[in-house]
Amino acid sequence: MDGVTLAINQGEIFGLLGPNGAGKTTILNILCTLLKPTSGTATVCGHDVRREKDAVRRSIGIVFQDPSLDDQLTAVENLDLHGRLYHIGRDARKEKMEELLGLVELTDKKRVLVKNFSGGMKRRLEIARGLLHQPRVLFLDEPTLGLDPQTRRHIWEYIRKLNRTTSITIILTTHYMDEADTLCNRVAIIDRGKIAAIDTPAQLKQQVGGEVISVKTEDEFHPAEPWIKTVSRHNGIVHLTVEAADQKLSALMSIAQAQSINIESVTIHKPTLEDVFLHYTGRTIREEESSWAEGIRIRRRSRER
Amino acid sequence: MGGGDPDQKKEQGTMNLDAVYILWLREVKRFLRSKSRIIGSLAFPSLILIIIGSGLNSVFTMGGLKYSEFLAPGMIGMVLLFASINFGIMIIWDRQFGFLKEILVAPISRTSIILGKALGGVTTAMAQALLFLAVCFALGIPFPGPLKLALILAIMVLISVGFVLLGIAFSSRMKDFHGFSLIMNFVVMPVFFLSGAFFPLDRLPAWLRWMTYFDPLTYGVDALRYCLVNTAAFPLWINLAALAVFGLITTLVGTLLFSTSQL
Repeated sequence: MDGVTLAINQGEIFGLLGPNGAGKTTILNILCTLLKPTSGTATVCGHDVRREKDAVRRSIGIVFQDPSLDDQLTAVENLDLHGRLYHIGRDARKEKMEELLGLVELTDKKRVLVKNFSGGMKRRLEIARGLLHQPRVLFLDEPTLGLDPQTRRHIWEYIRKLNRTTSITIILTTHYMDEADTLCNRVAIIDRGKIAAIDTPAQLKQQVGGEVISVKTEDEFHPAEPWIKTVSRHNGIVHLTVEAADQKLSALMSIAQAQSINIESVTIHKPTLEDVFLHYTGRTIREEESSWAEGIRIRRRSRER
Repeated sequence: MGGGDPDQKKEQGTMNLDAVYILWLREVKRFLRSKSRIIGSLAFPSLILIIIGSGLNSVFTMGGLKYSEFLAPGMIGMVLLFASINFGIMIIWDRQFGFLKEILVAPISRTSIILGKALGGVTTAMAQALLFLAVCFALGIPFPGPLKLALILAIMVLISVGFVLLGIAFSSRMKDFHGFSLIMNFVVMPVFFLSGAFFPLDRLPAWLRWMTYFDPLTYGVDALRYCLVNTAAFPLWINLAALAVFGLITTLVGTLLFSTSQL
């Protein structure tokens, strides 16, 4: 990580968006005192993460990327363990546990061993556990990674409900564009350990400017017109950002025809965070994904050999 | 997450008895829920005691002692050794399955974590050893008087503490299970075989006898043998002192390594 400066406001849902390996989890680990920053400072609720570890830890709740429940214990036992680790008194613990089990709709499953839980249920239980000691900030590391679409939407609802009813600050990392877009008040785009941009999803998308025309073609197509703001090519698709794209489409087509470009298809869409990512980093997040997956596969193969 | 930072030490000094209790309780619950593990841990030493004990009885001469009587304290030592060191190494499971993170980010000191863990380990190892002790009595090992029985319990706890902390020390520096078989083959098995569980120490060739002196379990088995069947190679005080020193060293090393271990 390199010179990351962030200020996250109280009560907001803040997203760290970026491909795997961009440094999102590293930022999170520093904020929750699991990693020491090599230089620089970070404070959570006014507590320095280096010098006031326990104070920071008491004021935050964390849901890790990988499950960290004891699957040989029941839901209630996992919560009880957490409550005692955070030194919550008996009565407060009982009351809070019931309340949170209700919130994540696991009340009828509370005496079931966690090893019999589905992925979504585990994630919900972890969210409940992260809230048990009434933290002021909740960290969620890839909260819906590996979950099916329906469960993902449920988790989003819980997070929103939580933020609305308790005004808790929520900081989450994600590499899902839709998650950042629908859930977060503000988003920081992280790329290779640096922050490329921070703003609300709407503002970020506005900065791309106008709409995006995606032209699918095998040919080299690089139109230079004053009304075309940016041109970039990825995976056989040329992306053009254009104001009032619907009115400029016919002009664009005539240019293509004049250059005898063979166009397979054309789409116009409002910019998504995907386009924002492309705009700021010059790459699509999916390219990053595939090269990352490729790397894993190569490494695994060489190990097998 | 080094322990060398003075600021950090001040901050992380919170000893939380509630946390120690619940970490202990977690281990006990996990133990009680793994019935097959309990039965497995009893079956192996019982088989050795019955089959090897009877089988080698005819070639064994040591006063009026039967070989199974000589063997029983050694098998109790084995149960304690395996149960304790395996428990300590099982922290790798916690690390592998993410649960260790949940404990490590809690606002409690590493010392309270290790205390809860160690108490859990000693409790579960003692439970297995006591069950096996009952098997030994059922198989005809004479029942000792109350004073000897109390002494037996104390010796068992000392053995268990030493090896639980040894296991924790190993697991603090192991990220996955690749090192597990190394430790089984180059630590646990030599400790077991050299402990004199199977043979009297005084008839060994000198080079082998010297090696047994460096095995902490030797003193544990010898002390148990004194209490159960009234025969021993060393005076009791030497046995107890050796076990205490071993427990002290592993406690210090285990705590140090665990406190400075990374995720």
